[in-house]
Amino acid sequence: MEKIPILKMGRFLLVTVQVDMHDQLAMQLQDDLTSRIVASKARGVLIDISSLEVVDSFIGRMISNIAAMARVLDAETVVVGIQPAVAITLVELGLSLEGVRTALNVDRGMALLQERLADEQR
Amino acid sequence: MPSFGHPVPYRALGYHKDTQESRSMPTAGQTLRKVLAQSQKELLADWIQAQQSATTLRIDLMKDGELREQSREFLSLIQGASEAGSLEQIEGSHWAPAREFLARVSRSRAQHGFSPAQTATFVFSLKQPLFTRLRAEFGQDAQGLAEEVWLTTELFDRLGLLTTESYVKSREEIIQRQQREMMELSTPVVQLWDNILALPLIGTLDSERTQVVMESLLQKIVETGASIAIIDITGVPTVDTLVAQHLLKTVAAARLMGADCIISGIRPQIAQTIVHLGVNLSEVTTKASLADAFAVALKRTQAKLPQQFAT
Repeated sequence: MEKIPILKMGRFLLVTVQVDMHDQLAMQLQDDLTSRIVASKARGVLIDISSLEVVDSFIGRMISNIAAMARVLDAETVVVGIQPAVAITLVELGLSLEGVRTALNVDRGMALLQERLADEQR
Repeated sequence: MPSFGHPVPYRALGYHKDTQESRSMPTAGQTLRKVLAQSQKELLADWIQAQQSATTLRIDLMKDGELREQSREFLSLIQGASEAGSLEQIEGSHWAPAREFLARVSRSRAQHGFSPAQTATFVFSLKQPLFTRLRAEFGQDAQGLAEEVWLTTELFDRLGLLTTESYVKSREEIIQRQQREMMELSTPVVQLWDNILALPLIGTLDSERTQVVMESLLQKIVETGASIAIIDITGVPTVDTLVAQHLLKTVAAARLMGADCIISGIRPQIAQTIVHLGVNLSEVTTKASLADAFAVALKRTQAKLPQQFAT
């Protein structure tokens, strides 16, 4: 069965969604990610959905759920690489991912996380 | 329906028939064809005179020479088509040149500002000179005349309707083109600085425009990697709940792409309306003027002079 890889980069976890996200896959990711955050004591999670071209309300809600769960586990979550069409769809569906941080690309998202970490350590 | 390859034998035959048989057995359209073929010059003169004396003539929009040229061409096209085949069905291929000509004339008149009635009169005004000629041809034969007039009327009604149809079609094309152009003109996204975009909105925001605005803004964010977008609503005449909702949607979509939005150019009356309507803009940074918004944006991005200006 296919699985969405979760990579560890320093104190952050990097999730890149490379395949079409179907419901089962999203559920699986939710399980995997929460256990990885706990296991690796990660401080930040970066979810890259730049290759995601279609979202429905379920996937939209899963993304915001995953972000909320990560925050409960004290890991800042940044969703990056949302395509214009996907952004419009999400807004039209009424899912504007309140409380989830967003960035244009992985670069920006990583900078955001590092800024956060620096703020905390100060 | 007889068809004649050459006008000379036809004319000879028509003459022959007219003198010997046609009184007893008239063929539908025969006399009309004859009139069209034989007295084209006189018809043209009468027709042009009728058009010139008509109240619907727009001498300010069209030159006399052009009118003459169009009348002459149309008459010869009708004559050609009537000889080539049926007078009842103008959908046939032998009427194609006449149809195309009419479509062209209607289009050009629509563009020059003629009204549909003025355009259709071009065709209808030919009826009277034709009827006069037909009456002279038939003399005392009221039955034959009525039939021929009916045939002619039907033919020209169809042609007249055709002009109206093409007129409306070309008008619609103009409207559509203008709509498209306005849509493109009204949604420019400009880059003010590194990482700062401005979106000056002008005109009413409806759902369709919001969609276009949103798409072009998001596309520009991807292209430039901007982190702040200033939406300037100085040119938006009224803000109601629907417009506010559209604005908030745009802001939310930009946020999903990692760009913060600042709404600027809120006029005093609009500020009052927004509060009266209970629209919640508390989650969006709002500024009174574009200049203020730009200052905030510069501070937030800790902007320095762009590379090409730094000396």
